[in-house]
Amino acid sequence: MADTIPDSPGDVDAVALLARMQQGDEAAYATCVRIYTGRLLMVARRIVSNEEDARDAVQDGFLAAFKNIGSFEGRAQLGTWLHRIVVNAALGRLRRRQRHPERSIEELLPHFGDDEHQIDPPAPWKDAGDVGLERQESRELVRRSIEKLPEIYRTVLVLRDIEGLDTEETARMLGTATGVIKTRLHRARQALRALLDPYFRQGES
Amino acid sequence: MNCREFTEFLNEYLFGNLPAEERAEFDRHLAECPWCVRYLDSYRKTIQLTQSLAASDSSSPPQDAPEELIQAILSARGRSL
Repeated sequence: MADTIPDSPGDVDAVALLARMQQGDEAAYATCVRIYTGRLLMVARRIVSNEEDARDAVQDGFLAAFKNIGSFEGRAQLGTWLHRIVVNAALGRLRRRQRHPERSIEELLPHFGDDEHQIDPPAPWKDAGDVGLERQESRELVRRSIEKLPEIYRTVLVLRDIEGLDTEETARMLGTATGVIKTRLHRARQALRALLDPYFRQGES
Repeated sequence: MNCREFTEFLNEYLFGNLPAEERAEFDRHLAECPWCVRYLDSYRKTIQLTQSLAASDSSSPPQDAPEELIQAILSARGRSL
């Protein structure tokens, strides 16, 4: 999946910008902040879902990146590098935040009878074209549904299916095993499916 | 294979992580279970819907970055020098 942060947004040459920053050009730092803050804020909002924490995460991320700019060798692109740093900063904010009691994921997973069939038979969903991915309304519905997932599942879903991190990188950032990430991702997708089901099953408008 | 087993491991099936023999078992189950066909279809669409959020966010222009946030970052940068 494509990274959510373009490496050369607009007309800016990210390689030249990085070189100027590494030479201590303060105007280049200001340009970097101006061109990347909007998209990085969208990334942080997807992880912490709290405006103040999202803004703090973006600021933490930029400062951490600037501190290490001298050692950045350009193996990754500037946009990708900033993206990963802000994801990490947002996860740090998430860990520090007071956790609220959360709904159990169990109620959103399929349940089975003695015959090993699902107790509630799955209904057919609308065709992909009718689900309306291109509609703002559908996107908002998906966003709101992701918000309802318990945090440890939501975080994995966001990192893997939206931010485009692979299993190993997600495991490293969350400090857990790859097997745990795979299980949580599957559960998160199942739970999200259950939340979206009433809206996308055939016959619903 | 039953529906419980299918549902538990369908992600492995969907992403081609199963050896041929196990994959054939999943295929046989799907051929005789319309409920699991529906479940698989809706699971796949759920992933597509989620991934499309990233695509739509990165293809649309970013919302204007709050000027006060930009100024806060630049001030913090100045203080750290």
